[in-house]
Amino acid sequence: MSDVAESKRVIPDRLGTKTSRILASWEVLLFGVAVLIFVFNSLASPYFLNAWNLSDATFNFTEKGMIAFAMALLVIAGEIDLSVAAIIALASTAMGAAAQMGVGTAGLVGIGIGVGLACGAFNGLLVSGLRLPSIVVTIGTMSLFRGISYIVLGDQAYGKYPADFAFFGQGYVVWVFSFEFALFIALAIAFAILLHATNFGRQVFVIGNNEFAARFSGIPVERVKFILFLLTGLMSGVAAVCLTSRLGSTRPSIAQGWELEVVTMVVLGGISILGGAGTIAGVVIAAFVMGLVTFGLGLLNVPGIVMSIFVGLLLIVTIAVPIIARRVREMSR
Amino acid sequence: MQRLFKNREILLTLIIAIMITGFATRAQGFATPASLTNIFNDTSILIILALGQMTVILTKSIDLSVAANLAFTGMAVAMTNAAFPGLPLALLIVMAIGIGAFLGAINGYLVWALQMPSIVVTLGTLTIYRGMAFVLSGGGWVNAHQMTPPFLNIPRLPLLGLPVLSWIAIAIVIGAWFVLTRLPFGRAAYASGGNPTAAVYAGIDIGRTKFLAFVLSGALAGLSGYLWVSRYAVAYVDIAAGFELDTVAACVIGGISIAGGIGSVGGAVLGALFLGVIKNALPVIGISPFAQMAISGIVIVLAVVFNARAEKKAGRIILRDRAAHHQEASA
Repeated sequence: MSDVAESKRVIPDRLGTKTSRILASWEVLLFGVAVLIFVFNSLASPYFLNAWNLSDATFNFTEKGMIAFAMALLVIAGEIDLSVAAIIALASTAMGAAAQMGVGTAGLVGIGIGVGLACGAFNGLLVSGLRLPSIVVTIGTMSLFRGISYIVLGDQAYGKYPADFAFFGQGYVVWVFSFEFALFIALAIAFAILLHATNFGRQVFVIGNNEFAARFSGIPVERVKFILFLLTGLMSGVAAVCLTSRLGSTRPSIAQGWELEVVTMVVLGGISILGGAGTIAGVVIAAFVMGLVTFGLGLLNVPGIVMSIFVGLLLIVTIAVPIIARRVREMSR
Repeated sequence: MQRLFKNREILLTLIIAIMITGFATRAQGFATPASLTNIFNDTSILIILALGQMTVILTKSIDLSVAANLAFTGMAVAMTNAAFPGLPLALLIVMAIGIGAFLGAINGYLVWALQMPSIVVTLGTLTIYRGMAFVLSGGGWVNAHQMTPPFLNIPRLPLLGLPVLSWIAIAIVIGAWFVLTRLPFGRAAYASGGNPTAAVYAGIDIGRTKFLAFVLSGALAGLSGYLWVSRYAVAYVDIAAGFELDTVAACVIGGISIAGGIGSVGGAVLGALFLGVIKNALPVIGISPFAQMAISGIVIVLAVVFNARAEKKAGRIILRDRAAHHQEASA
């Protein structure tokens, strides 16, 4: 292999035509996979092609997808947050405790989002304020946040949420389109604009590509990273509101292992785990792919833990395939 | 540098000693030799896993699949023991180490040959290995009455005042110390994490070193699989769930730098013992065992902050140096 092929920062001599680039892009490839899974599922189970069933299927990915948007920005900037599922647990526990005291729906939403923001700020302070590696910090806070839930709840559970609180996770906007799905789409658009059409989004890409150069260019690297952790905390809080509302109860083990599924979604969506590249569109399609796969497997009576094998394989294969493909291309050259 | 390592270990030893004395004032008998050997025995598996984790972290990687590896291997060994009670224990232990090493080799191969980030690889294999434990067992349990007496009893056998399990941990501590400080592999592990660029110029194969570190971590996880199942006399899919975080915590507390290249066997052992003392003290001083998770979390965060201060080089940082990362990516 030549030096040129190995370097990350190579500018190709010629860029191919616009259509060929779009056709070869990760998003189009992934979209093809989504269509294939859709067709396969409809052939495999007679219950798949039903508007209400498909609407139910969206709940498999809407909450995780919301977090994945924020996580995508974080990963593009070269950081990661493994504490997102633990933030859900803590925010849900706080909402549960408040609900027992008779706090109304608006207050509960405020508490859920507030706890999410506070947790995100805590992660952000540790990573960008004290300049600590985000992997270990968020492994620590993951244990801390969920640990607090366990201290509060132990082996108990909170129920008794106000009746109108159920809207966020169980309500429908029009026909089969749930509130969660509408929120998911709205957030996808908001994050796509933030990442691809604003100054802030450009700064995120620069930091992920070359933090050194970003500093020289006067980008407030620490501030951008702090905001990204805050955003991830915020989205975890929003997801906590939706999930708690949907389940109608809180246990400290709520959303256990979701951090893995969110990271898988992000990586499957074509976000480079090394930072600096990716699109929100990719994450949206990846969310659909994962939702369809788990829903299809569920219709075929595959147990949850076996599904997690597929998720793990999906994560590894989606990263390995482009690397192997590049190797093969280089060798044939 | 050398003094810094020494300081960390002395410091940790002091903190552990103070903790034990403090707990002893609240609960009579906490500091008795019998209780202390019991704590050591209880922490043996964590010590073994932390040493494997430490080797991986030294090479600038992380292995989050150790607990899942342990669960799968433990299940495989327990089911083999239940199905073929005639097989000698030595064969089962070799089998455990072999399966563990193979699972570790899968991680290592993906990191070495495909240069995938270890955190992604092991997050993926974490779910895959535990899922495989479910597929293997069908969600069932292997209970004590299905296991043969030697399978259950040998790690508990007292030998010169300590159970065999403790002696295994001690042997592995000595072995890890020998491998990491006296063998070329150990030198390569420190070098490839400490300064990947210099390591490449010195003729060290970083990828191969990482691969071997993962195999070692996997083998120790496999051995721990047998030890865990034997100690708790039961095998099911969820054994040691989340234990990978404890191994990382033990390393971070012990002063092993998550950025690679810094750390000692003594530090990892003391880090594990620190957690072991806390875990054993909580019920004694009347704190709910549910608090343990949060306490581990706080300790990890504090240890990371502390490590960052200890590793800080003198002088003012104007711009953070990322050159080493680039070199590693292209190495």
